[in-house]
Amino acid sequence: MDTFLGLYNYWIYVGLLVVGLYAVLLKGNYIKRMIGLGIFQAAVFLLFISMDKVDGGTGPIFSIAQDATTIFANPLPQVLILTAIVVSIAVTALGLSLAIRIKEEYGSIEESDTLRADRDE
Amino acid sequence: MTFLSHLPALLVVVPMAVAPLIAVLPSRSRLGYALATLTAGLTFVIAVLLANQVASQGSMPYEMGSWPVPFGIGLLVTPFSAVMALIISGGSFVALLWGAKSLESEMGREHHALFLSCWLLASSGLLGIVVTADAFNAFVFMEISSLASYVLVAAGPKRQSLTASFKYLVTGSLGATFYLIGVGYLYMMTGTLNFDDLAIRLSEVSETTPVLIASGFIILGLALKAAIFPMHAWLPNAYQFAPTPVTVFLAACSTKVAIYLLIKFDFAVLQPNLHDHAAFFSAVLMPLAVLAFLVGSTLAIFSKDLKRMLAYSSVAQMGYILLASSLVSTAGLTAAIVHVFNHALMKSALFMAVGCLVWRFGSSNLNDLAGTAKKMPLTMAGFVLAGFSLIGVPLTAGFISKVMLIQALLELGTLGIVLLGFVLLSSLMAVVYIWRVVEVTYFGKLSEKHAATTPQEAPLPMILILWALVLANLYFGIDPSLPMGLAEAEVELLFDGLTE
Repeated sequence: MDTFLGLYNYWIYVGLLVVGLYAVLLKGNYIKRMIGLGIFQAAVFLLFISMDKVDGGTGPIFSIAQDATTIFANPLPQVLILTAIVVSIAVTALGLSLAIRIKEEYGSIEESDTLRADRDE
Repeated sequence: MTFLSHLPALLVVVPMAVAPLIAVLPSRSRLGYALATLTAGLTFVIAVLLANQVASQGSMPYEMGSWPVPFGIGLLVTPFSAVMALIISGGSFVALLWGAKSLESEMGREHHALFLSCWLLASSGLLGIVVTADAFNAFVFMEISSLASYVLVAAGPKRQSLTASFKYLVTGSLGATFYLIGVGYLYMMTGTLNFDDLAIRLSEVSETTPVLIASGFIILGLALKAAIFPMHAWLPNAYQFAPTPVTVFLAACSTKVAIYLLIKFDFAVLQPNLHDHAAFFSAVLMPLAVLAFLVGSTLAIFSKDLKRMLAYSSVAQMGYILLASSLVSTAGLTAAIVHVFNHALMKSALFMAVGCLVWRFGSSNLNDLAGTAKKMPLTMAGFVLAGFSLIGVPLTAGFISKVMLIQALLELGTLGIVLLGFVLLSSLMAVVYIWRVVEVTYFGKLSEKHAATTPQEAPLPMILILWALVLANLYFGIDPSLPMGLAEAEVELLFDGLTE
């Protein structure tokens, strides 16, 4: 499991993290930056979900337990990430609604346009 | 359990429970504002009771829902938490008391209910961060307060408030997510999220790569949140374009909460366990702190807008706090905590004075404010006294923290003297930017448009609250025993963990 390919979910996590960060920092379009933020946060969800995996473990449901030797996946990271997903949805909703308001006020969702409009004022 | 033992939970629950109530009140009535102010006042009373309790009996633990601590979420009110709780709830309370008129001039009444609801959520989230003893819980509270603050900033009167809020949202979310990644790595290695439990269990895995990466992510994330140079870009716009009461409130506490978490996490969890981590902490943050106050003060000198000038000055002041804590010494950390308290006093007073000017003259641009001190002598006198506190003139709160910072620096020897030079240079720059305001408002020629307006001062309640804060600056400059006592108690706790 510890091979390069066996840890593939962590590689995907790193890839998504970098892609998301790139979009957030370097894109000038407000919607694209929100998409980037979404990808960035999804990467972190993957990290948490990966760490709850226990070799040979089943879903952490009490009634599945056959006897005391049954191994479970760790439920705590799943619960944590459920909360983080809710947070992420709220951030995305707020960010997109700000983008709508920016479009109403400036007539554009490009950062360069809004900066120019403010300079010309 | 007595009533007093539930205070840590009530501190967070009271504003959070009232927030949705305000949202459903009839939107044009004044009832919402009154209820929000009342709630903020009640929260402040709870914070005062808590601080009193902590000062006399030491840290106060609380088990949420009576679940024993490493399994359930625990709260822990340490002396530093008590200081922060005082600043946050006090800042929220005075900003609301002061801001009724100011808010009405900057925002339509129909939006007040939702706005105030977000205000209470923001204060509840900030208070949650400072009382919680759980790393993930701190993240959740951080996001509650941040989401609410983005809305508060976006409510500003100009359209730039929208782009400012968007920038704040992106930076804030990045910061919080970096922090979350760090917490994830720590959880992976230790299987716990409770601060005290983490501190114990980390010792077994202290030199592993994930833990080192975690410390990097946590410091980076919180530095973004705290607007530490060069990650401060979001702050000036957010403070300038937010409604003035929001600026008063956020300037008093929001970035300091991130510094609080950084200090708490680093000193209580990471430094006792990671080899050489204290040296790493200083080596990374000390240069940033020096740059923060040099660059912050320089930009403040060149800002035309008073709110923007004070925002850059906040970047500089965060630099002092960070410099003091990056010394990793008893004196340094005490100075940092005392300055957190004092800076909240001086900066909210300054922003209030500027807010009075904005309320009267509709602009915070220095060019529009020439000679206005003749029209508003009380406001400007308050501004000057609070400015003295910012510069660090004797008999003001700012002087106490400057002296403590200088004492802590002198313990360092040669390096300390070099740093002291930078601090003095930055203080001189503060003299320049405060003096520039004095020169323009006192000695400038009043424009004809402003000369024609007959009503003079800002309304009495605004002046009274402003002066109450100015007098607090003077009071804590003469008798600093409250913040100093709590700071010393906290430092003792933190360094106990370090020497063990």
